[in-house]
Amino acid sequence: MDFEFNEDQQAVLDAVRELCVEELRPKAEETDASGEFPWENIRKLAELDLCGIPVPEEYGGLGMDFLTWAAVGMELSRACTTTGAVFGAHMLAQYPIMLFGTEEQKRKYLVPLSTGEKIGAFGLTEPNAGSDAGNVKTSAVRVGDEYILNGTKIFITNAGEAETYIVIGNMQPDRGARGMTAFIFEKGFEGFTIGKNEKKMAFPSLPNRELIFQDAHTPAGNVLGGEKRGFRVAMQTLDLGRIGMGIGAVGVAQAAYEHALAYSKQRVQFGQTISNFQAIQFKLADMVVEIECARLLCNQAAWLKDQGKPFELQAAMAKLYASEVAMRVTNQAVQVLGGYGYTKEFPVERLMREAKLFEIVEGTSEIQRLVIANHILK
Amino acid sequence: MALSIKQELCTACGLCVKVCPYEGVAVEDGMAYLTERCNFCGQCVSSCPTDAIVIELPRKGTVDTSLWKGVWVLAETDEGKIKGGTIELLGRGRALADERHCALEAVLLGHDCDYLAGEMVAFGADKVYVIDDPVVERYRTGPFSAVIAGLINEHKPEIVLISATPQGRDLGSRLAARIGAGLTADCTGLDIWDQEPLLLQTRPAFGGNIMARILCREARPQMATVRPNVFKKPQPDGSRTGEIVRVPVHLDERGAMSKIVEVIRESKDGQVNLVDAQIIVSGGRGLQAPENFALVRRLAAVLGGAVGASRATVDAGWISATHQVGQTGKTVSPKLYVAVGISGQIQHLAGMSSSDYIVAINRDASAPIFEHATFGLVGNLFEIVPALTAELEKRLAE
Amino acid sequence: MKIVACIKQVPATTNVRIDPETNALIRDGVESQVNPFDENAIESALQVKEALGGEAEVIALSMGPPQAESILREAVAMGCDDAILLTDAKFRGSDTLATSYTLARAIRKVGDVDLILCGKQAIDGDTAQVGPGIAEHLGIPQITFAIELSVEGKKVTARRMLEDSFEVVECRMPALVTVVKQINEPRRASMKNVLKARRHEITKWSAADVAAEDERIGFEGSPTVVWQIFTPPKREGGRLLEGTVEEMVGELAGEILEIRKSLASG
Repeated sequence: MDFEFNEDQQAVLDAVRELCVEELRPKAEETDASGEFPWENIRKLAELDLCGIPVPEEYGGLGMDFLTWAAVGMELSRACTTTGAVFGAHMLAQYPIMLFGTEEQKRKYLVPLSTGEKIGAFGLTEPNAGSDAGNVKTSAVRVGDEYILNGTKIFITNAGEAETYIVIGNMQPDRGARGMTAFIFEKGFEGFTIGKNEKKMAFPSLPNRELIFQDAHTPAGNVLGGEKRGFRVAMQTLDLGRIGMGIGAVGVAQAAYEHALAYSKQRVQFGQTISNFQAIQFKLADMVVEIECARLLCNQAAWLKDQGKPFELQAAMAKLYASEVAMRVTNQAVQVLGGYGYTKEFPVERLMREAKLFEIVEGTSEIQRLVIANHILK
Repeated sequence: MALSIKQELCTACGLCVKVCPYEGVAVEDGMAYLTERCNFCGQCVSSCPTDAIVIELPRKGTVDTSLWKGVWVLAETDEGKIKGGTIELLGRGRALADERHCALEAVLLGHDCDYLAGEMVAFGADKVYVIDDPVVERYRTGPFSAVIAGLINEHKPEIVLISATPQGRDLGSRLAARIGAGLTADCTGLDIWDQEPLLLQTRPAFGGNIMARILCREARPQMATVRPNVFKKPQPDGSRTGEIVRVPVHLDERGAMSKIVEVIRESKDGQVNLVDAQIIVSGGRGLQAPENFALVRRLAAVLGGAVGASRATVDAGWISATHQVGQTGKTVSPKLYVAVGISGQIQHLAGMSSSDYIVAINRDASAPIFEHATFGLVGNLFEIVPALTAELEKRLAE
Repeated sequence: MKIVACIKQVPATTNVRIDPETNALIRDGVESQVNPFDENAIESALQVKEALGGEAEVIALSMGPPQAESILREAVAMGCDDAILLTDAKFRGSDTLATSYTLARAIRKVGDVDLILCGKQAIDGDTAQVGPGIAEHLGIPQITFAIELSVEGKKVTARRMLEDSFEVVECRMPALVTVVKQINEPRRASMKNVLKARRHEITKWSAADVAAEDERIGFEGSPTVVWQIFTPPKREGGRLLEGTVEEMVGELAGEILEIRKSLASG
């Protein structure tokens, strides 16, 4: 079992590391506080060919693998959580097209997403369809050579800034998952509007908006994966999304740990740096172990995907564990920084607020446990 | 030069391996040996606790160094005046010439610049070669290096000193390559070696983190560029006499190789990049009012450093956030950080604690900054800072 | 048009720590990087090429040990068309005179070079001597400390950064220019280029390949010799100064001026 990256992967990671240290991290506070989409950072990622790492070269990508994508995602999240979150959500639009897209759809939509010319978003969640994903009620009806959709999606990451949307509608809303169908929408399609942004506990600069479909039109050619095969599209996309959430969580945890470590080496109480005290040492040690485990689970899930092997179980494990690690680590990081950690002077309180997202989005921890239990009990 | 390891002294402690930046030395079978990657930089030599690593200076004996005599200073002028660095070199050059029992001579190129020759004699020169021609009115690489190379080959000075200004470094490096001389750049120390009558040149390397002593065994002249403000300016002695030699030259503008199109005297508005700055003077709440940042700015200007600020002063609107040093500001690691009226809360420390030297000036003896300061001054900053600025100005002008 | 950018591999950080027991330098690993000023030189070369509508060839050249290949790959990743590594055991121990002679021999072998770009100095040696040395060996004009650079036909115009002023200088090509860091912001290599550069064939030349004479290279060809290395005496600190304001200021001024002496030149 080779736990090392190969030279190409390492070259990419080294370059991303430099970008993170020199450009993304120094202005991470600003990026978060601005309340605006991090366009400058995203354009930089596009310039450096980082928006389509696992996408084949013929479709504008780098032709590498999901393991590299995962490792890059962790670095980006570690340096700037908002940028990392956009990066992760963007893949949710690319991945279903990679899996299910026709040649034409790939050329038209996958290419600009992979070159970073356009941002992508994935719209599944509705006001009444969260964990109960099969309860999608956005109706879809075929009319001539178009489909008309009516309904609302909420909490959609990248919505508004994205130009390409993978939308899960339902051709038979009364029959649950059986009628679900995936469609590709473009910003500006008739009847398709973007709604308000949610004010969240954290991530003010990450758009999470409503998608509003009022007799929204999309051409027949934009069905993705076949009529009434949308549940499959959604579930497989979520499998990858789990790894995406996992890598985001690892990045957040890593950043929090590093702040705690640095602070402990500077803060003097009782005549010595607090890093000399076992209470603090044990916290830091626990953080390191948990983050490493979370990282390895994410890497494994991505590796299995690259090998063409089943990876859904490992993706659920990675997401579950990494998100809970992020919560524990950020909580303890604030604890290590004490009073200062509670102030906005230091970034750990933000990281703790950000960590909570990962336990909820893209399949709550409860859903992940169900997924895992189903696997082991089937 | 060659390096060799005296096996009988080597204890295989491995310090040399740690110190070598090039993986040029390795320890195997209880012995250290030089690998192919050794670059002869010499860092291992000083680290060896048993002095087992030695530098050998082979002597080829092809140059009759006794033919080369005299200490030369190549003068640099600006707007009709001799530059301070040149004057400092005349001072140091005088001492070196006296030790070598030879003359101190200066070389002056310019146009209508005769009057400067007398000044150089007053500063210690025994002889001044004056080359007066419109082609060399202003420094240019081509004409200057051609003329001076000719003079050096004719008169054979043993030592040639140049002030390490941009023009001086441009000239020195070109000249040394032309005449095949050894040139040591940016010296902070010049002495005559106690083992042989050679110029021992001391200079910083690796960003100033180490100092190197350089010798030029055989090539002549031994050339060095010297940083301004390192040596003291000598007092002019109007009673000194010296020879002024006007050297006739036939210079042709067509051979000049370059043309000066424009000279722009813009004062670089003292904008030193905070993150890269090697010296930073920072102000905190102890300044009491925004206008008092002027004290900080003045001190920074005298030291050629950047201006930093604590978060409190930025929040209070006394200075823009681009100057903020600290957890939510910039992280800096200069050689010297001077904290004026800053208490040293942990979030400020987070931004500057890796500075090499920290000076703290604060009236509160219990301020946390004093626990981290290399030099602490407890007192009234409104007295201390202006006094320090004035004292530094005075010493730098000398 | 042919442009050569001369680059050097230097230690990744010049911030060396001192072991208090041995008083020796301890380095955190032996990582290395492209000399930062040389990145500016590569960027300048690429910008000149772009200004000419791409009608130019940019070649990165470095003299160093075999591991210097990595910085040449970085140069190719940034956009250089080709890269040459001058490597030979005989080059070891070269001072600036021997180095500039060797690089000049290589540039002669490349042939028909119009413009040579160098960083103003290397952050390990800090001498700023190699660029002008190369220009002298090739007998071409030099412009040092350039903060702006443009090429028009056969003419090079550059704005030089002096201590308190700027000087705009012109000369004809072939010419050599050394650049300061303020001249540009070196581009980051995109991943596609990073991966492509990994497969690029780097040319390697030995002393014999460039017909370099033995007595002018390596430590044979180096008139200067490092006799001794020492760490600058650390100012004794961690103390409160005492006395009147005048006394404290006097002592501090002395300490500060000594610290200033061991600063690298800007």
